[in-house]
Amino acid sequence: MSKQITVPFGPQHPVLPEPIHLDLVLEDETVVDVIPSIGYVHRGLEKLVEKREYTEYIYVAERICGICSYIHSNTYAQGIEKIMNIEVPERAQYLRTIWSEYSRLHSHLLWLGLFADGMGFESVFMNAWKLREHVLDDMEATTGGRVIQGVCKVGGVRKDISPEKLDEMVKGLKGMESDLRDLTDVFLKDASVIHRLRGAGVLSKEDAYYLGAVGPTARGSGIETDIRQAGYAAYGKINFKPVVEQSGDSYARCAVRAKEMFTSIDIIEQCAKKIPEGPVEVKVTGAPDGEYFARAEQPRGEVIHYIKGNGKKNLVRHRVRTPTFTNIPPLVTLLKGCELADVPIVVLSIDPCIGCAER
Amino acid sequence: MTLDQQTTIPVSIDELVARTAQMKKEGNRLVQIGCTKIEDNFEINYVFDKDFVMTNLRITVKQDTVVPSVSSVYFGAFVYENEIHDLYGITVSGMNIDFGGHFYRTTIKHPFSVTITKEDT
Repeated sequence: MSKQITVPFGPQHPVLPEPIHLDLVLEDETVVDVIPSIGYVHRGLEKLVEKREYTEYIYVAERICGICSYIHSNTYAQGIEKIMNIEVPERAQYLRTIWSEYSRLHSHLLWLGLFADGMGFESVFMNAWKLREHVLDDMEATTGGRVIQGVCKVGGVRKDISPEKLDEMVKGLKGMESDLRDLTDVFLKDASVIHRLRGAGVLSKEDAYYLGAVGPTARGSGIETDIRQAGYAAYGKINFKPVVEQSGDSYARCAVRAKEMFTSIDIIEQCAKKIPEGPVEVKVTGAPDGEYFARAEQPRGEVIHYIKGNGKKNLVRHRVRTPTFTNIPPLVTLLKGCELADVPIVVLSIDPCIGCAER
Repeated sequence: MTLDQQTTIPVSIDELVARTAQMKKEGNRLVQIGCTKIEDNFEINYVFDKDFVMTNLRITVKQDTVVPSVSSVYFGAFVYENEIHDLYGITVSGMNIDFGGHFYRTTIKHPFSVTITKEDT
């Protein structure tokens, strides 16, 4: 057996936009063990339920993450609405679905750019972020915000989208689709990308399931899990199939995300066709008394907002389990056996969002 | 629509590890472990999922209760158990990876073990 050495990876590293530290135990160039360490950006946001009333707290929930911000507010609202038996208007449910898919699109394009940049594939980085601008422009035009939308509220949504604007959005996305197809083809068919990602960071189906992997990390290992299938918001009225790959390696996780962007465009198109007329919010009175585990599918996978209230304006508990948090144990496992030089791109293949994970 | 199927089952600390092992045997994945402070007690929820049906095993403990780790059953439990220790100050024994109170870096030790209302600040 070779002598083991420990190499620190992070918290500051060129491929990491956010801080996570890994102690990599190596034998020669091969990773044999990994000890993860987080805690650099813990903000204690959940604690703020003691100071903010449940209707105000949605602004805090939205600020858990700067990428999947909208879906956090959506999931929090869903939880409160379930406890309080609030019937959200159908039009609002469709609008929530549309903005959720826009969030997924912009998050996956952000990841694609960062991932390509991490590999030195600068043209894909620039083109991915160019397309992302189009998505963010639509988000801004319909909600007023590019990063924090502030459009979701308990009982519905604050803004409506006119039929003309919806048509324009769908046309814009369809126009973008061919560029996106070219971009993902260039990336996924590139010989260097295939060479570097195939067989790197393999996570078996069984490990993925029992280690708690979610989102593209689980679907890349052959698990057909997608909380959207459970039918929250308007997903129950939309036809779609989760993208699943079987090989469990870094390439599979990348392919899932790349293909999911087309599913998102299709879902938005279906929503634009099916969205009914009607109000977009209902009046909310009272305070939540009860508990509920609200779930939604974020770009990185299943997010859980556990909400517990006792009939007062301040919640007893709001606990968020983000997808990156539960993807840390799978990351530890899939890094074992990797070459040291592959660690940065294998880490990026789970698309970690540390600010989100630490809250 | 099966998303609403959520069941909470109170269990004792003594049967926690065995019940968790049973959940795994039945094909459930560990979704999360989370703690809630209710006056002087702490509710710890061990949440599992299979085919969108959630089962929540709940133990209720005091601040000084030593809770057995379930990381021998579900490897990934260590992230939740270290979090509970660091934020609530509850001791979890037998974790497969024990950060010794350094999983989170907080300015106040065990910040979630006390309640701070708007009036306190």
